[in-house]
Amino acid sequence: MFVDSAQIIGKKIWSDWVLLSLKTYKIAEQARPGQFIMAKVNDSFHPLLRRPFSIHNVSSGEIEIFFQIVGIGTTILSEKKVGEKLNIIGPLGKGFNITSSVQNKEYYLIGGGRGIAPLFFLAKEIKKAGGKPYVLYGAKTEKDLPLLKKFWDEEIQVYPSTEDGTLGWHGLITELFEHKLKERNKIEKIFVCGPHEMMKKIALIAEKNKLDAEYSLESIFGCGIGACWGCVVKLRREKEKWVKACSEGPVFSGKEIIW
Amino acid sequence: MVDLTINLGFIKLRNPIITASGTFGYGLEFSPFLDLREIGAIIVKGLYFNEREGNPPPRIFETPCGMLNSIGLQGIGVKKFAEEILPKLTDYGVPIIVNVCGEEDDEYARVVEFLSSKKGISCFELNISCPNVRKDGKCPAISPEWTYNIVKLVKQSTKKPVITKLSPNVTDITEIAISAEEAGTDGISLINTILGMAVDIETRKPRLGNVFGGLSGPAIKPIALRMVYQVVNTVKVPVIGIGGIFKGVDALEFLIVGAKAVQVGTANLIDPLAPLRILNEIKDFCEKKGITKIEDIIGTLKVGD
Repeated sequence: MFVDSAQIIGKKIWSDWVLLSLKTYKIAEQARPGQFIMAKVNDSFHPLLRRPFSIHNVSSGEIEIFFQIVGIGTTILSEKKVGEKLNIIGPLGKGFNITSSVQNKEYYLIGGGRGIAPLFFLAKEIKKAGGKPYVLYGAKTEKDLPLLKKFWDEEIQVYPSTEDGTLGWHGLITELFEHKLKERNKIEKIFVCGPHEMMKKIALIAEKNKLDAEYSLESIFGCGIGACWGCVVKLRREKEKWVKACSEGPVFSGKEIIW
Repeated sequence: MVDLTINLGFIKLRNPIITASGTFGYGLEFSPFLDLREIGAIIVKGLYFNEREGNPPPRIFETPCGMLNSIGLQGIGVKKFAEEILPKLTDYGVPIIVNVCGEEDDEYARVVEFLSSKKGISCFELNISCPNVRKDGKCPAISPEWTYNIVKLVKQSTKKPVITKLSPNVTDITEIAISAEEAGTDGISLINTILGMAVDIETRKPRLGNVFGGLSGPAIKPIALRMVYQVVNTVKVPVIGIGGIFKGVDALEFLIVGAKAVQVGTANLIDPLAPLRILNEIKDFCEKKGITKIEDIIGTLKVGD
């Protein structure tokens, strides 16, 4: 974990979607897929709290974050210019588990909307280790799928879905997932990130098909470092209990999540 | 060189910066970021005798220059703390203050009795002021009698010094401070969070699972400062100022008003280096002003001509 004043070295905007590249050697060196950073978007007391962002991509000495402009924090962040500094803490939390032998194994990576953010880094790592990541990338409409080209450039198989049918599968990503399960029956594990209701539906399908699954859960984070106990989610462990999403997650096994 | 040491009478601190309970975990969470031994003292997250569940989420909601929380004192209980946390924390050689909670009055006594025999605890801070424990936001610190009874009971149950943490959610803070002093408290810290709420107009639901929460952060500093000033002018025991301290200047305001030390709270959540950053800013101020001893600044407020 490091506190760093990271220089913004790249920025791309597609309507309300933003991709920022940050120079941050130590964080880039230690980051694992599924981990996140906490960013202070300005030096003011408003907004007061840091904002969490999944680590979207890592290359030598750099990380990327990908987000949608949804509120005051992300609006301010979207107005930052290349060359400006951003105060960040990271890498934080526990990421996805891809420690077992990945070689030739098949994985579905399911990202709804901004939930796609951590899955790019994960797909690259799985591919690098010799595994086969298949990405399902869903949103309301075509313009909300700005990262498709990025997956293609990495030669990662990606299946888009849109609720209005403007691109790819016409319908919900959960329906696409059910459909895709018929194509491949030797899925090693699925990794999921997206809106709560979407993940809940995916979890039902995964359970029915006896699939091993990990989910990156969303919660309101206070500190991101396990100090305030604000971000708890309900898990089934030795008993049902509230567990800190930031330091014990945000990625949890489907077996322990209580939806 | 500025002499930053503070003598609270019952404990000597290497500097006036203390981390506030509930904002610094059990201390160890911050060891990757700063050298814990450089902090004046660490107050660990409030402990009940047993493990505690806390409130349903959402537990946090950001407000202008502040935040509401309704964590509800989720925690690990005294046994786990004594076995798993305390031995590691004492290695740092920083004074450790345990924030003590109780569902019933007598639980406060059980917590201090259990922990008094453990090595490495300097003193206790009585959390009689958390607004998040009962649905109606009530706590012992809203009543002079209730405050008196708990402080008295705890003082009879331990030989260690006791600080009583007061609530701002009262009509006259001095009444409560007097009760705590009469019951034998060794020090007083204030303020805990201010009871508040927020509403989502789309869903028409409260922003917090517990409906009410405690407001903290820069937004509450003027209220905290006023209450600290009132209490300092009422009691003889040392007073520790809390509320919206984010910068050296904030801490200095509390010291000038008469607080002998300060607690840094919400700032820790945003800047894990805050305690030492604030300390350095105080040091810089003193050097610039030719102040050689931090204690010389305490209670130097000039009111009137």
